[in-house]
Amino acid sequence: MTYIPTSPTERDAMLEIIGVKSLDDLFEDVPARHRFPMLNLPPALTEMEAMNELSGLAQANENVRNDLISFLGAGMYNHYIPSVVDHILRRGEFYTAYTPYQPEISQGTLQAIFEYQSLMATLTGMDVSNASHYDGATATAEAVNLAYAQFRGKRKKVVVSPTVNPQYRAVIRTYVQGMDLELVADNANADLDSQPDELTGLLDDNTSLLIVQYPDFFGRVYDYTKLIEAAHAKGALVCVVANPTALAMFKTPGSMGADIVVGDGQPLGIPMWYGGPSVGFFTTRKNFVHKMAGRLVGETVDNRGQRAYVLTLTAREQHIKRERATSNICTNQGLIALGTAVYLSLLGKKGLRQVAELCYQKAHYAAAQLSQIDGIGLCFTDPFFHEFALCVNRPVSEVNAHLLEHGILGGYDLGQDYPALKDHMLIAVTEMNSKEDIDMFVEVLSEVSHD
Amino acid sequence: MTDAVMEPKVKTTPKIVEPTLFDLSSPGRTGVTMPASDVPATALPPDDLLRSDLPLPELAEVDVVRHYIHLSKFNYSVDSGFYPLGSCTMKYNPKINEDTCRLPGFLHTHPLQPIETVQGNLVLMFTLQEWLKEIAGFAAVTLQPAAGAHGEFTGVLMMRAYHKSRGDTKRMKMLIPDAAHGTNPASVGMMGMSVVTIPSDERGNVDLKALEAACDHTVVGMMLTNPNTLGLFDENIEKVTELVHGCGGLMYGDGANLNALLGIVRPGDLGFDVMHFNLHKTFSVPHGGGGPGVGPVGVAAHLADFLPEPLVGIVEDGDEGTAPLYGFVKPTKSIGRMKAFHGHFGGGFVRSFTYIAMHGPDGLKDISQYAVLNANYLQARLRDTYKVPYDRICMHEFVAEGRFKGSNVRALDISKRLMDYNFHPPTNYFPLIVHEALMIEPTETENKDTLDAFAEAMIKIAEESKSQPELLHNAPSTTQFGRMDEVKAARELVLCCWLPDNYGSE
Repeated sequence: MTYIPTSPTERDAMLEIIGVKSLDDLFEDVPARHRFPMLNLPPALTEMEAMNELSGLAQANENVRNDLISFLGAGMYNHYIPSVVDHILRRGEFYTAYTPYQPEISQGTLQAIFEYQSLMATLTGMDVSNASHYDGATATAEAVNLAYAQFRGKRKKVVVSPTVNPQYRAVIRTYVQGMDLELVADNANADLDSQPDELTGLLDDNTSLLIVQYPDFFGRVYDYTKLIEAAHAKGALVCVVANPTALAMFKTPGSMGADIVVGDGQPLGIPMWYGGPSVGFFTTRKNFVHKMAGRLVGETVDNRGQRAYVLTLTAREQHIKRERATSNICTNQGLIALGTAVYLSLLGKKGLRQVAELCYQKAHYAAAQLSQIDGIGLCFTDPFFHEFALCVNRPVSEVNAHLLEHGILGGYDLGQDYPALKDHMLIAVTEMNSKEDIDMFVEVLSEVSHD
Repeated sequence: MTDAVMEPKVKTTPKIVEPTLFDLSSPGRTGVTMPASDVPATALPPDDLLRSDLPLPELAEVDVVRHYIHLSKFNYSVDSGFYPLGSCTMKYNPKINEDTCRLPGFLHTHPLQPIETVQGNLVLMFTLQEWLKEIAGFAAVTLQPAAGAHGEFTGVLMMRAYHKSRGDTKRMKMLIPDAAHGTNPASVGMMGMSVVTIPSDERGNVDLKALEAACDHTVVGMMLTNPNTLGLFDENIEKVTELVHGCGGLMYGDGANLNALLGIVRPGDLGFDVMHFNLHKTFSVPHGGGGPGVGPVGVAAHLADFLPEPLVGIVEDGDEGTAPLYGFVKPTKSIGRMKAFHGHFGGGFVRSFTYIAMHGPDGLKDISQYAVLNANYLQARLRDTYKVPYDRICMHEFVAEGRFKGSNVRALDISKRLMDYNFHPPTNYFPLIVHEALMIEPTETENKDTLDAFAEAMIKIAEESKSQPELLHNAPSTTQFGRMDEVKAARELVLCCWLPDNYGSE
């Protein structure tokens, strides 16, 4: 009866009005032989016992705030989260509300989403944003759906740069299983030193979409303007998967001509939470708005002449279009999107740029120091943001085990996804890493390499 | 307030109730300041790689807090009142869950950490998989899908892969009842399969004759919500699964209505081969104003090899002295990855784990019994006033008609008027097979007083529909905002705030 507020007397009075004798009598439609199974579950805990049990589980982990210094990224990043973000997310008015289908009593959520859309469009340099996707990977897969719908399934090729996050590429492969589509360049053995413009040769009249990442999975920053022009010359659309922190300092994919800019909003004030929930952002040009999946909030007025917001263009969505909808998405990441909006409004114009530059400075300091160690070197020479690939000349698992003994969470083992990058790790540095952390990392790593 | 409602909507400059973040921005204000760099400076990359301007709002911390607190006050929520939104299971969200999911050990672990450093997370995930298997009667569970619709997509991918692995490639037809959620056909549409709609019979069950006629060797399977969206448990459920299995199809269960079945019946025992759970409905993950949800999928043994990767498993057995080592395993014929990383761990799994742990087997049965009690009680109190087209003992929700003979009052008007009585309206116009549908799901966390007050408001509104119908047509009138001009929103398509004059795409 943990959260059930009904007394036995009230229950009996209710049963009488219904006209049945007991609670069990309400379930006669359920086949008798399967009715009321005995569930083999542990007995109920009280709140105090539950808190103890959950605290025990949480403490069985080593976390990157109290136990470990982290240099791990590869799609999820350890950033500082200002206090205000969680104070707002803990407001019951936000977190215990449903999707704002009744706008008269949901203006808080609706205006907050409208502002989120505005912030994401500003950050990416695009015209419009939807109200969110599950994460960066599924947002990228939805870009494939958009392009497929745009060409009515007639263009059957999608060029996916091999330097797009391997997990994102895996999700795209899952999503297109029922579609008559070919994924090109999605190859773990590709030449990773080649410049993005070399993808141009793969673009043709049958290409619906080109997907590139910015910065790419190895942290490298390229100006994709020419590549995008080449794709457009073939009539294809271009989706750029972007890191939102990087967009505070690097030129926007919008200004390079991208048609769709997606990514994961986790770096914007959302805890890593062992992988989720985070939020996928999806922004595009106004002319694709009718093909875009997901919810969309638009400005209007109410019948009292007040500025207000509603879910709009809902005819695109599953509850109206059913099997002809461009996507089946219904529930999205509303509360997490709200968290990113609170973060962006707190940091604002100056603060976000400051975070990006701190990441850039510290990552470059770390890269310079690390590459001085004998036998260790940077894998690529192109400009990078806050991640870089490092050759460590021995199995990454071995190196990471040693680092872990010193309380350091080492980089991501790139050999798992790219056979050519065996013995390479991907290192992420954010504003959370002090010079002291970095120096210690360098020291421990030089011990390993001299073993 | 009533005067304001009557005013024509011709004002050219709308009144701003709460300015946007961009309206509030003032150059030079700062919220959170970051520390200065403690490393020697590196030159920035060349200018042609950089953006020249970042036109985000400039606000102080207090501006931001007040703005969001103002906005929060415009929302109706479960914490503030009764939210009988059918099919959404808007139950009370226990506060302890908000604390457990924010324990630092959960909050600040990276999804790619070595498994030895995250055994707490992995034990929690493994246990939750086991619990969900037991609760719904399945052989295996993936926690990865992000929401109900994502779980459906996962399930349909597995059904397709199952048939394909048997060389059974002709199956392209999914049977879906007319009462189904829109996400069912949409998930099928994403796979390029076709949908065959199966009608409901006069008792609200699947029409067995129509089903039998549709069952052939081209059927992938059937997607069924049970109890269905009328809130009715299908009286012929075993016959339905028999027919679908008989033609080689698989049974997909939409778990949106699982709140009626905990400790009552296990869908796996009824013959369902695949089912998604909505942890944000049944297991108290808050809805967050539209998400995040959590949509794990359970499967019978013959589909277990097709689950998405990775699952949590025991990678090294323990013995008396040591605990087993938990890690990730890949099913042999996996359909692949549904999203990055492992699913909605913090905001989803931790909350649901806490909730199930605090209920145990008896507590879970209480949930469903009282959810069903509350729905039947409201149905009994309202059936003389509102027509209930499929009138029998319901499960956790029921559907009434929001219309009256000789009146032009519609379900929408009744819903809006409920706001004036400080209730959230039921779901409107769904399912599509009921005229002017009002779909009412009270959940188990409401007491009799609340249900009585709601029933009385509904009865009063029915009287008003005869005596003062304009009250309903113009409702709501006591809320901060009135009815919206939805046509203007779709026509003008203003989807972003005002941006500074010098805003460009640099």
